[in-house]
Amino acid sequence: MTDLQSQDFIRISASTTTPPAARNHEVEVAKLIDVSRCIGCKACQAACMEWNNLRGDVGTFQGSYTNPADLGPHTWTLMRFTEHENATGDLEWLIRKDGCMHCADPGCLEACPAPGAIVQYANGIVDFVSQNCIGCGYCVKGCPFNIPRISAADSKSYKCTLCSDRVSVGMEPACVKACPTGAILFGSKTDMRSWAGERVEDLKGRGFEKAGLYDPPGVGGTHVMYVLPHADTPSIYAGLPGNPAISVFVDVWKGVLKPLALAGLAVTAVAGFLHWVITGTNEVEENDDRSAADFIKNHEGVAK
Amino acid sequence: MKYPEGTLVRNTRAARVNHWITATCFVLLMVSGLSMFHPMLFWLSGLFGGGQWTRTIHPWIGIVLALSYAGLIVQFWRDNFWNRDDIRWLRSIVEVVVNDEAKVPEVGRFNAGQKFVFWTMALLVPALLATGLVIWQSYFGEATTIETQRAAELVHSWAAATAIMIWIIHVYAAIWVRGSVRAMTRGYVTPGWAWRHHRKWFRDLVTTGSTGPRPRG
Ligand code: HEM
Ligand code: SF4
Repeated sequence: MTDLQSQDFIRISASTTTPPAARNHEVEVAKLIDVSRCIGCKACQAACMEWNNLRGDVGTFQGSYTNPADLGPHTWTLMRFTEHENATGDLEWLIRKDGCMHCADPGCLEACPAPGAIVQYANGIVDFVSQNCIGCGYCVKGCPFNIPRISAADSKSYKCTLCSDRVSVGMEPACVKACPTGAILFGSKTDMRSWAGERVEDLKGRGFEKAGLYDPPGVGGTHVMYVLPHADTPSIYAGLPGNPAISVFVDVWKGVLKPLALAGLAVTAVAGFLHWVITGTNEVEENDDRSAADFIKNHEGVAK
Repeated sequence: MKYPEGTLVRNTRAARVNHWITATCFVLLMVSGLSMFHPMLFWLSGLFGGGQWTRTIHPWIGIVLALSYAGLIVQFWRDNFWNRDDIRWLRSIVEVVVNDEAKVPEVGRFNAGQKFVFWTMALLVPALLATGLVIWQSYFGEATTIETQRAAELVHSWAAATAIMIWIIHVYAAIWVRGSVRAMTRGYVTPGWAWRHHRKWFRDLVTTGSTGPRPRG
């Protein structure tokens, strides 16, 4: 989903020129997911399906409230349920709304080889533009959060758009609108950070000493943030990475090898051409023919 | 087809067909791969009918290349064994490069440069196949961990860039040393060519009464 008339790009995938950005006087937005206020009703998950016209195939029960079992081309947000036994032996039912984090430094966009298949707007939203997507799955390798999913039916990559269509006309994302407890909030990133600060204070006052805001600096911060009661161990929330960053393999591949290899190929080709210009071709000379003929004559009938 | 009177067979019919299947696959893989490697080369994907088609077809051509190169290994490995001549030849690499071939020691059917191309490709093609399968999203996207795929992606593009550089050298050498291209298109070389570039091979053929590509007995 995207508006191709946008002139507010921060980045465009596989592009070596400056993207159009004159109309970039925009507020940086963020979605704040307060895990401590979520009751796991999945209204957000349903609202996402409804607004985006997504209906996945009906699956089978996997022994968990997490349903379907994973994100998919038709599941852009998924409530993940974890039964966690804490240090005092009590059971905690942890519920995390999973989906694209809209990183400030998006690994998917860095990895994508197709010009314009992934874009980042001035408001921070990272969006997939399906008509440019070639279905290679590089975004899957680039993402530190394991979010994009390639459709087997149409070989296009899909993920949460942060309702870029709604946000561009001044509405909040569908999941935010649907949440009955106010666990999902949407606004400027500054406002969301300061509200999160209040929530964290409140949680600390109620005994969650390790409460905190999840806005990981390894990816430049995200435009989807969590308030976590146990911010010291994000991984207990269905594997939320503690210190996410773009993999070093991806960085070397795209940051070092890509420019170096292209230069190397050009240099090799030019060196070949110059060699030809300088030394000329290597031709068989008359005395080669003569020596060969003599040799053949001297050995006539030897082994035949 | 008959070879012209008095010439030596450098490459058999089977070897030539096998070589050109490999070469076609390699060029198609190089062009399609490079279009996905660097944004400035993405336009090359137009040659395959767009990005989706390029992405789809590349791995299949890769499978054909791997099979075809296996055929080349079977046909050529014996003449690519490393020996003392190769070290001598490498010592006079400067004479080779400046076209002073009279000063270059005699070699057999292949010189050290050709053997280098043969063996590096014999390593790089299987590496490209293995890593290519790992990053083949539509069939093997779930087969390995994403971290493995990231490493494979890096190795694949590194191996591809290395292979392409070696390929440039290989193609250039074939054009530079006149008479070599015909050895792979029509299959034969003149005795003078063999004398100049592969004198030991030439002697082995003549003294055993063979017209090539391998000595008798
Ligand atoms: C031998 C079997 C091969 C297989 C199975 C294979 C498979 C793949 C796959 C699956 C991709 C990801 C894009 C896609 O899905 O099409 C890819 C990318 C690529 N391949 Fe291959 N490939 C092979 C051989 C080669 C060869 C011989 C070359 C070079 C001459 C090559 C060069 C590339 C390049 C440059 C890329 C893009 C890498 C990047 O984006 O950084 N491949 N290959
Ligand atoms: S699959 Fe992902 S990385 Fe590949 S073209 Fe589509 S969006 Fe870009």
